[in-house]
Amino acid sequence: MNEVDKAPAPVRPLSPGGKAWRRLWRHRPAVISAGFLAVVVLLALFVPWLGPHVSAQGSDLQFSSPDSAHWFGTDVHGRDVFTRVFAGARISLLVGAVGAGVSLVIGVCWGMVAGYVGGRLDGVMMRLVDILYSLPSIVVVIVLITTLEGYVKTWMGTSFPRLVPLARLLLLFAGLGAVSWLTMARIVRGQVLSLRSRPFVLASLALGASHRRILFRHILPNVAGIIIVYLTLTLPAIILYESFLSYLGLGIQPPEASLGTLIAEGASQINPLRVFWWLILGPGGVLALTLLALNFLGDGLRDALDPRGN
Amino acid sequence: MYFLRRFLFLIPLTWVIVTLSFFLVRVAPGGPFDRERRPASPAVERALATKYHLDESLGSQYLRFLGLRWERQPDGSWQRAPGGLIAGDLGLSLKYRNHSVTDIIRQGLPVSLALGGAAFLFALGFGIPLGVYTAVRRGHTGDWLGSLVALLFICIPGFVIGPLLILVFALQTGWFPVGLWGTPRHVVLPMIALGLYFGGRVARLTREGMSQALLSEFVRTARAKGVSELGVLLRHAFPIAVMPVVSYSGPMLADLLTGSFVVENIFQIPGIGVFLVNSSLGRDYTMVVGLVLLYAVLLLVLNLLVDFTYSLLDPRVRHE
Repeated sequence: MNEVDKAPAPVRPLSPGGKAWRRLWRHRPAVISAGFLAVVVLLALFVPWLGPHVSAQGSDLQFSSPDSAHWFGTDVHGRDVFTRVFAGARISLLVGAVGAGVSLVIGVCWGMVAGYVGGRLDGVMMRLVDILYSLPSIVVVIVLITTLEGYVKTWMGTSFPRLVPLARLLLLFAGLGAVSWLTMARIVRGQVLSLRSRPFVLASLALGASHRRILFRHILPNVAGIIIVYLTLTLPAIILYESFLSYLGLGIQPPEASLGTLIAEGASQINPLRVFWWLILGPGGVLALTLLALNFLGDGLRDALDPRGN
Repeated sequence: MYFLRRFLFLIPLTWVIVTLSFFLVRVAPGGPFDRERRPASPAVERALATKYHLDESLGSQYLRFLGLRWERQPDGSWQRAPGGLIAGDLGLSLKYRNHSVTDIIRQGLPVSLALGGAAFLFALGFGIPLGVYTAVRRGHTGDWLGSLVALLFICIPGFVIGPLLILVFALQTGWFPVGLWGTPRHVVLPMIALGLYFGGRVARLTREGMSQALLSEFVRTARAKGVSELGVLLRHAFPIAVMPVVSYSGPMLADLLTGSFVVENIFQIPGIGVFLVNSSLGRDYTMVVGLVLLYAVLLLVLNLLVDFTYSLLDPRVRHE
């Protein structure tokens, strides 16, 4: 009774950020994807310890097909594929996150400086990006990784001998980071270029604000949306690259595994006599679904952060 | 004029790329003969180094590679060392003894090009119709399903699709050969494994382009004139809608060629892809530099061709 008499609650106008959240929440595929990704991340973090059979341990149960004890079956050494897949997903996600982080830092700084300073510096910086863009990126990464491997291993051998097995991981970070910042730099530069001459920036300049303040208080918040969107789309690209390189044997080395190496192992077990489909479908499925979820999330964020949306 | 200038700019760019890769691979630790089956005696090693001119200074190796090194002959005259880049000779491979890099490329490249070309046509052939369909059915179940399929293909890497295709269509049913190369039947599975990803990308681009074209004023005019719906789609909307696909096709062709390593590896195809990984790992200096040069030139020329096609197709694009 009381409820009916109550006047309608005053409608508080939503902030742009609040509106964006609401739009994102309405984008069902993005919400489901975000949930799925959270599950994958949690599994990747904890399954290697909680798994029914510890990943590195072999057993006599070779090539058992998926059942209730081993959800994704077992591999040639009798290891539980489910556990291995999520241990691999951990490495794949880590490489993806670090690679995307590198692309974020370099790309955003490069693009902001080029767009804000403009003029000849802009020309030089963007020509450099054009030139790097015109190189076949996968070839560059392969050559970089294989040539730098010797350096990194000798350097690590003298300073951090215990970390030598992780040399490949470091190389993957460097190689993938080196090629993935170019698009980010272009996008950010374009945005900054158009923001620089907007009235609110000019007004701030006229009031005597420092360049640093303008860059961080006025320009960065305005490009943040597009940066986030692009980041969610860079992440799957880097994960895909990493698994590609690992498949070729240039990535993580055994006994450590990423999703790519697991798929390569599965593919190497193909023979006409018996079909071990779960060795490919397990890691391949997790990889494909993770990439799918990241893409959906990116699409949802793009729609949600578009200020023209209703 | 614009394209002539860009074409001329390719020459110094290629030179920079070649020079960088030449020094990068050579300066790195490790040598091409480190992984021989048994440790070679110092004499053998020295003989090998002499044969491949690895005992010379880096500078003179570089000049020899470019074909700009003059050598003193026994009779005292000066003569240009034979071969070199300017003569179209990339030198001898350090791992595949007695084969020149140019020979290896000449044998493998046609196979890779055929595979890449087939996958290109496959990607366009199923990506464009799928994109048009989803754009026309926008908002309906058909759009939703078609877009999901396109995105799914983007997210399933070729090295997952390839082995699964082998399992189903080669081992279980026996319709297609498991691997190798030669007859048209050999092409089908690798073509699908390589092309699906790009087909998905093409479908998404076409859908985007088509949706925008269908909302534009010239389409409304055409409809008002009484042009049939099919005519509107094909004659009026389609030429504008495929423009993003045209600009994507350059990078796509380059990715098809460089992305074929994995598919060539899965299906045991004797293309050029296997060499890049093996020779970078094996420090086969001449092969690496040759292949980097090959891929870089392919990519640069393709991009230029695409921009040129673009300006022919779209009268709004004008280069000064």
